[in-house]
This record gives sequence, C-alpha cells and structure tokens, in this order.
Amino acid sequence: MYQIVEKRGLWFTVSIILTIPGIIFMIYMLATTGSPLPLSIDFTGGTLWEMRFDQPVTPGEVRQTFAQAGYQDTVAYSVGGDATDIQVKLKNLDTPAKEALVQQVEANLGTFEELSYRSIGPAIGSEVSRAALLAIALASVFIILYVAWAFRQVSHPFRFGACAVSALVHDVFVVISFVAIMYFVAGWEINALFLTAVLTVIGYSVNDTIVVFDRIRENSKRHRSESLTTISNRSILETAQRSIATVVTTLLPLIAILILGGPTLRQFMATLIIGLISGGYSSIFNATALLVSWEERSFFPRKQQTNGMSDSSAAMA
Amino acid sequence: MRNNTIWLIVILLLVGVALYIALPINHPTWLESAMPGSAEAPRDLSQLKLGLDLRGGTQVLLQAELPEGQVLDAGAMDTAKLIVENRVNGLGVAEANVQAQGEDRIMVELPGVDNPDQAVETIRSTGQLEFVEPAGAQLAGGMIINTTNHPNAVADAQAAIDAGTLEPAAIPYPDQVFQTVMTGDVLRNALPTQGQFGQWEIGFELTGDGSDQFFNYTRDHVGQPMAIVLDGRVLSAPTIQAAIRDQGVINGQFTRDEADSLAIQMRYGALPVPLSVVDINTIGASLGQASVDASLRAGIIGLVAVLLFMLLLYRLPGFVADLALVAYVIFNLAIYKIIPVTLTLPGIAGFLLSIGMAVDANILIIERMKEEVRIGRSIRLAVEAGFSRAWPAIRDGNLTTLISCAVLFWFGNTFGASIVKGFAFTLAIGVLLSMFTAMVVSRVLMRSIVATQGEKALSSRILSGF
Repeated sequence: MYQIVEKRGLWFTVSIILTIPGIIFMIYMLATTGSPLPLSIDFTGGTLWEMRFDQPVTPGEVRQTFAQAGYQDTVAYSVGGDATDIQVKLKNLDTPAKEALVQQVEANLGTFEELSYRSIGPAIGSEVSRAALLAIALASVFIILYVAWAFRQVSHPFRFGACAVSALVHDVFVVISFVAIMYFVAGWEINALFLTAVLTVIGYSVNDTIVVFDRIRENSKRHRSESLTTISNRSILETAQRSIATVVTTLLPLIAILILGGPTLRQFMATLIIGLISGGYSSIFNATALLVSWEERSFFPRKQQTNGMSDSSAAMA
Repeated sequence: MRNNTIWLIVILLLVGVALYIALPINHPTWLESAMPGSAEAPRDLSQLKLGLDLRGGTQVLLQAELPEGQVLDAGAMDTAKLIVENRVNGLGVAEANVQAQGEDRIMVELPGVDNPDQAVETIRSTGQLEFVEPAGAQLAGGMIINTTNHPNAVADAQAAIDAGTLEPAAIPYPDQVFQTVMTGDVLRNALPTQGQFGQWEIGFELTGDGSDQFFNYTRDHVGQPMAIVLDGRVLSAPTIQAAIRDQGVINGQFTRDEADSLAIQMRYGALPVPLSVVDINTIGASLGQASVDASLRAGIIGLVAVLLFMLLLYRLPGFVADLALVAYVIFNLAIYKIIPVTLTLPGIAGFLLSIGMAVDANILIIERMKEEVRIGRSIRLAVEAGFSRAWPAIRDGNLTTLISCAVLFWFGNTFGASIVKGFAFTLAIGVLLSMFTAMVVSRVLMRSIVATQGEKALSSRILSGF
C-alpha cells in the first residue's frame, strides 16, 4: 500500500512553501500600504471607469486629461488589447464631478462610449471590508460546528472539524500567494468576487475533506484494531480516484469560462481554479495527515516509524 | 421493481414539464399567470431574466443620510422606497427595479437608460419636505430659505442661480436658519379638494405618529403662520387657524392647477430622508452582450467536456450520470424561470460550479459501486450499496456548501453586492437540485438498467468501466 500519511513531513513542507509567499506578501503590503491585501474599490471606495474611444488613445493621454481636471491620482491603462479601450481608476466621484470630467475628456480626446462605470463611496467600502472578514469567519465557525456534529460518533469529533478548517485556511493562503504573484505580474486586486471565490473554495475544500473523513469514519467502525495511520491511508487510497475525477470535472467548466468567458470573469475563475486544486490537495495531504499527526503527536515522522507505532519523543510538535 | 417503474414515469414527466418551461418558446397565458409573482405584472416565460451586467444598465445604491441627532424610523424608508418607485416609473424605463436593502439603503436597477447619471439625479434629487416655523418672518411661496435640515439651501441655490441652472428666486433671509418643526413623513396623503364655496384647497391626512406631533404644534401656534418648505424652497405659508389632528386643509387663493401641484409636491415631491449615492455601477450594452455570448459558449463547451469525461471514465454508469446531469441542467433552467432568478455573470459561474458538484455526487456513487463489485457483491446489491454508502458524504459535503451559500447571500443582501448574492443563490439552487438528481434520478435510472438486461451489460467490464 502506498504510504501517503507516513510521508506527511514532505506534504507539510510543500504546503509551507506554497503558503509562505502569501504570508510574506501580506506583511509586505501591510508595511508599504497599510493594508495586508491590495484592495479594489469594492473595499476602499473609488471609481473604475472603462471607456471605448472613437479614436485610438494612449493611457498616458487619458491620465494627463484627468490630471488637468484636478484628479492627480488617476491611474489609466489599456484593456482588451484594443487601442481604443481604456480603464481609469480614481477616487469616488459624484454626478456633477463626473459630468464635468466627461466634458473635459471629450474636449481633449474626442467622444467615447461608456463600457462600464462604477463609483463607490469610501464609507460603504470599509463597511464591506468588515463584513467580508465577518462573512469568512462566520462561514468557518459554522463549518467547524457542522463537521464536529456530523462526526460526533467518532472519537475527538472536534479534531475533525479543526483539521478541516486548517486545510481550508491553507487553501486561502495558497490563493493569497497566487494573488500576490498576480499583483506583481498583472496588477490584480482583491474585489468582491475574490471574496466569493474564497468562500467557494472554503466550501469546496471542506466538501473534499469530508469525503475522506467520511471514509475514515466508516473504516474506523469496520477495522477497529487498525491504527489511525493505517485507516487514514486506506481511506485516502479508496477515495483517491473519486478525488481526482471530481477535481477534473469541476475544473472543466471553470477552465472553459477562464479561456472563453471574456475578461470580466478571468480573475475570478483563475482564483477559483487555484483554490479548488489546493482544496483537493489539502483534503488528502493536509487535513488527513494533520488528523494523524494530532493523534500521534508527530508532524514530521522519521522513515522507520512506518509501522504505525507512535514515538512521542521524536515529535516536532 | 414496479415501484421503480412508477418513479421512472414520474421523473420523465418532471423532465418533460421542466423542458417545456425551459425552452425559449411562447408559453400559454394560463401557465404564465400561474407563476409566482405574476399577480403584479404578467410574466414572460420565453426568456431567462438577465441581470444588468449581461444586458447593460445602471445599478445604484442609495443610502439615507440623516442630519446628526435624527433617528431613522422604519416607515420612512418604506415611504422613500415608494417615492423612488414613483419617480423611476416616471422615467419610463421598462423593467426597472427598486428594492430595499438592509435598513437604510435602496437599490435601483435601471436597464438600458441612455443617460444614467441624469436618471439617478432625477430619482434622488428632491430633498425633504419640511414644516418650518417662520419665527416672525414674512415667508411666502417661492422664497428660498435655510432650515435646520438644509442649512446650506440658500448658498446652494445661489450657486445654481449664478451658474444659470436655476431660475432666480427671492432670498430675503440669506443669513437666517429657520427651525424645522416636522418633516414630510408626518403626512399620509395630500389631495386637491374643493371647499364649501367651490374654492380649491389642499386636504391632507396625517399618519398616526405625525398626528400627535402636528396637533401639539398647531395647538400652541394658533394664529401664527407655518411654512411648508421643499428643498429649501417655500411652497406655501398658511396661517394655522386651529389645532389640527388627523386631517386638515390648506386654503388660500389657489387655482386648480396650483392646488394640484402643491398636493403632488407634498405627496411625492419629497423624500422623508435625503438619499445619497453610495455605489453606482453602469454596464454598457455592448459589454453586456459580449459577456452573454462568451459565457454561453463557455458554458456549453464546459458542459460537453464534463459529459464526455464521465462517459469515457465510467462508460455505462457514466452515461447514466450524464443523463442525470442533463436532467439537472433542464431542472435548473426551469427553476430559474419559475422563481424567477435574475441571471448575472457570477450567477452563471455559480451554476457551472454546481455542475461540478452535481457530477461529484455521481462520481462518489459510481466509485462506491465499483468498490462493492470488487469485493464480490452482485451488481444489483452493489448499485444499492453504492447509493446508500455514498449518501453521508454527499449530504455532509453539500450541507457545508449550503452554509457558505447562506453566509454569502447574507453578505450580498446587506451590502447590495448583488453579484455575490447571485452567485450564492444559483449555487445553492444547484446544490439542492444536484442532491435530488444524484440520489433520485440516477438511482431510478440505474435500477431500471439493472432490472432489464442491464445486469449483463454492467457485468461486462468494458462497458461498465468497473
């Protein structure tokens, strides 16, 4: 039998390597911008304006026009690979200010079509940020409670809940690591859809973990004499094909939207895909391994210990 | 097995009905009028309802902005919503939508307006109706004054007059701030009426709470004038002739048109609370159409990929899962039309994600069947065991997803983040339906195959994939 749980030292190391960039990134962002994540206007308030000009314009020209009108902090960039499509980001505008800007822009650069326009007040932005944190915390608490209740017949049901949640925290940090890289590569920011992606990943990750835990629950009843290591290993192998098949079928439609669905959903889909892959990985290699570590009090077991005996003196915990 | 045949017929009927509703054809009127929500307006079942991000339009979140020290009462927001609705209807926008959001917000959706900024200003522009104590000043209709609730009314009006956007008006007391006694929310109704000599008056009714307030004030100020002010502009300054409770009249030398206009301004002209735009989101029609096309194509390709994958991996059971999945998609579309669900881009993403979860339930079941066959069970028993053994995992997994959906929905609802709400809603519908299609539709289909000659087919390793 392929021994997955015994190699958990390796899996934990992989997970640490995957999550560390996210943690470093959050510290770096906190130090440089005062916020741990690059927040979009959904959370900070501000205006995002996408315009399609009749004539090709450069982002520089647009930025200059906005600066002339008194909006020095305007950021402008091309979108969609078209020389006529420009996205502008600036502070929150009210209607008269917007109308004045439209006149100024049309006078300088010619008429344009408004592809999309979003302007959010700063107060509601910070309210949304607080609620977002609350939403994630609430969802996690409910999930721990539900998992602990669903596994109430096994010994230490709370451990099952806690391990499922630590796997999902892992997935959230993997997603943050990904966004951190994309922030430097493509200027990605955290928006309301990112929150949706994170909560979906949480739900999916727990869903995946529960399938393995469910099998451990069942196998524990059937094979009472076996150690948790053996039972967990057996359970992982028995559910492995299902795990892989499910990840593939879930990813197929998401990849289709990522490639064909247009730019609006691209960031959302990429975040979801990374999160779901991480969710599949963590349910097998983290949640279950963590459960065994907790039982045996050993996170990085040595090679010789594969007979399922625990040696608390060798523990690193 | 007769039981199973009945189930099979029921499922086929359900799929047939759902398919009929889901198809983009003209449905008979009796069906459309039997749909929930059709009492207010006739429902069109031929097309799915598309959100503003797909069809283009403007979504505005308005928030009540109270002067310091004033508390918002529940009725005020209901009135504000009603007034906003009236104004939106006045714009003549088809299928506009006004919804209360949380405690102090109103969400307005305006599909396909040409000048969204102007529309929004029209909706929220007019300020508060106030009853103001003139404090000895000679106030008359048309004057602009400062009040406690609008301390900058004069300055604002002067700026607008200077800019040429407002007709010049009398500003006799530029430095004085008049005391606001009550706001327009004490009024229940105001109508032009004719007095006993045929002269035009404005009859008004007061709300239960407003009645006492109005009575106390008018009792103490009999013989003195009271100004009715809208947006800093005096509409009328009648003299209080008696203490007024429940209902009263304003009389003067009104023409019929003047009485009419004053009554309308008292009734609808003023919001009980000022509203400010806290979030505005406009999607151009061309971007919306591009999104519809792209997501439709992506959805179909994604679905076909999933169907093929299941067929190749699991053969006959995979084919059964595919049938269940097709039924799942049809049920989903029908439910979207029945409820009705307004489809947004994230909503479509939620639906596609739920396809993954619907397939997952089938995969869990098939994998279980394979295990049971491997340990030597007969096909018939393996099929039964597959469903019953897979159920706890399906149930627990889907319930945790529903927990996330509930939290997301709450979040989206409170903050007007309808994109988040749409995603959570379609995902939740999908999760619930997927449990039904996996546990009922797949099971009935599998049993039917086993009951006929399928046992042989399933036993053959190539076809079953076991």
